[in-house]
Amino acid sequence: MQQKIDAQQVRKVAKLARLDLTEAEIEEFTGQLGAILGYVEKMNELETTGVEPLAHCLPIHNVFRADEVGASLGTEKTLANAPQRDESFFIVPKILEDSSA
Amino acid sequence: MSDLSYKVIVGLEIHVQLCTRTKMFCGCALRFGTEANSRVCPVCLGLPGALPVMNRQAVEHAILAAMALDCTVAEFTKWDRKSYYYPDLPKNYQISQYDLPLGSHGHIEIPLEDGTTRSIRIRRVHLEEDAGKNVHAAGNFSQVDLNRAGTPLLEIVTEPDLSSPEQVRALAVELQRIVRYLGVSEADMQKGHMRFEPNVNLVIDRAAQQFKTPIAEVKNLNSFRALERSVAYEIRRQLDDFLETGRTMQMGNKSTRGWNDVDEVTVLQREKEEAHDYRYFPDPDLVPVVTTPQWIDEIRARLCELPVRRQVRYVQQYGLSAYDAGVLTADRSTADFFEQAVGAGGDPKRVCNLLTQVGLKLAKDRGRDLPGLGLEPGAVAALAAMIDRGAVSASAGNTILQAMVETGKKPEVLAQELNLIQKSDAGELEGLVDQVLAENAAAVAGVKEGGKKSQKARAFLVGQVMQKTKGQANPKVVSEILNSKLGGS
Ligand SMILES: [Zn+2]
Repeated sequence: MQQKIDAQQVRKVAKLARLDLTEAEIEEFTGQLGAILGYVEKMNELETTGVEPLAHCLPIHNVFRADEVGASLGTEKTLANAPQRDESFFIVPKILEDSSA
Repeated sequence: MSDLSYKVIVGLEIHVQLCTRTKMFCGCALRFGTEANSRVCPVCLGLPGALPVMNRQAVEHAILAAMALDCTVAEFTKWDRKSYYYPDLPKNYQISQYDLPLGSHGHIEIPLEDGTTRSIRIRRVHLEEDAGKNVHAAGNFSQVDLNRAGTPLLEIVTEPDLSSPEQVRALAVELQRIVRYLGVSEADMQKGHMRFEPNVNLVIDRAAQQFKTPIAEVKNLNSFRALERSVAYEIRRQLDDFLETGRTMQMGNKSTRGWNDVDEVTVLQREKEEAHDYRYFPDPDLVPVVTTPQWIDEIRARLCELPVRRQVRYVQQYGLSAYDAGVLTADRSTADFFEQAVGAGGDPKRVCNLLTQVGLKLAKDRGRDLPGLGLEPGAVAALAAMIDRGAVSASAGNTILQAMVETGKKPEVLAQELNLIQKSDAGELEGLVDQVLAENAAAVAGVKEGGKKSQKARAFLVGQVMQKTKGQANPKVVSEILNSKLGGS
């Protein structure tokens, strides 16, 4: 079977996902991810000429809610699982880069 | 440098917070200034098993805005996940729209300083969720507040059609007017409801050769002033940089810059390598949106005359100056009130003067909008008519309008109470004019001499009559009587 993915690609994906992998892990995941891609490859055997691309696997659309206020957890419950907190805030290691969604 | 000319090219990306009661995909309330992390639920936190559900109001607001921006509204659109690795969105992705935006290929008409307008193309309009807030605390930590996470945001991207800092500002201000007119956003700059990111570069012609400077994107600007100044700064910086280094646009040399509000300069932001690999993919948690013709018609019925059209119409229909028309159409409630007063018979220019010189000032002092002053449009029209027929002077009209706001009384009543009725009765005034002529033989002689001195003497005589009536004579009537007695004008 042809190699689906190499260590270089795993390094890149890990970096994008902010994962710090050891060399041993990179080797392990290269093999595992390759196997997954090989398995999914089977899909290519299907005849898809004339089949419309699908945006969602369910044949439904327009599932809305009314703009009505529901329950929030409140500050205490929200922070219950926080590794670290400072009064009403989550605390995380200092963010150097300014984020903007 | 003398043979060098350049053109400025700017495209603008704008985020506008929509005014819904709740977030985009959950029922958490949107309120400004509440305790940190109090408006948060499992959807906001991205807890396993939590499912987002679309807020219908937010989708309709977005469609209405897309229509007002002359966009083609997609018949079919979907949601995508955009990878995101900051703690202010704990899901590690932002729900956004990638390849099928809600609106595309639109236009926005912006007013220019010379009173004309210019059409700027809109590339796309899509809906997404906002992130929370990272507060940079002292020490090696940041505080995170997720109250804002999941707020519905409209992202609007223009084509690079803008060619000056003034035009960039005009577009931003016009967009603010539009979303407020439509009622889809409060667009309150103080509360961060509008954020701007201009993409700036220059096309330079030198020695029969053309050069393009590398594009710089200035991130996260939240005032019109910062927006305009940052673009102006980028123009100067890029021109200097080109003259110094000759650097031109290449694949991958677009840069991201931040705005330093204190020094008024843009600063290069160091970006992680491959930071822009967002790896979008369709969100399996959300089903697509199909806009049926019936639904589209329902939303289209909520469209109103756009502010820039209204502004142009006020100039053409009412003969107002472009400036006054801009002031009156700055918000919908002011423009509506103005038109109600004109509809009640008020002369447009008089009503405009009353509202712009007194009404809006009083409203601002009281922190309200114009209708919030409690004035009846009909009463303002009546006051305008009183000024028109000379019953009160224009300045007395301003005093009366202020008293109307303070007392709620009718202008006719206040004119009497405040003793502001002008004496326009020709018979009564004629006696006073005769008296003044008899007492000022020298000035009368001066009038008859003609030339410059005549004008001055005439003004002096009018002044004397005004003094005798304690300023309550109608100066126009006094002048007419004087002219009939002394001849000429
Ligand atoms: Zn929530």
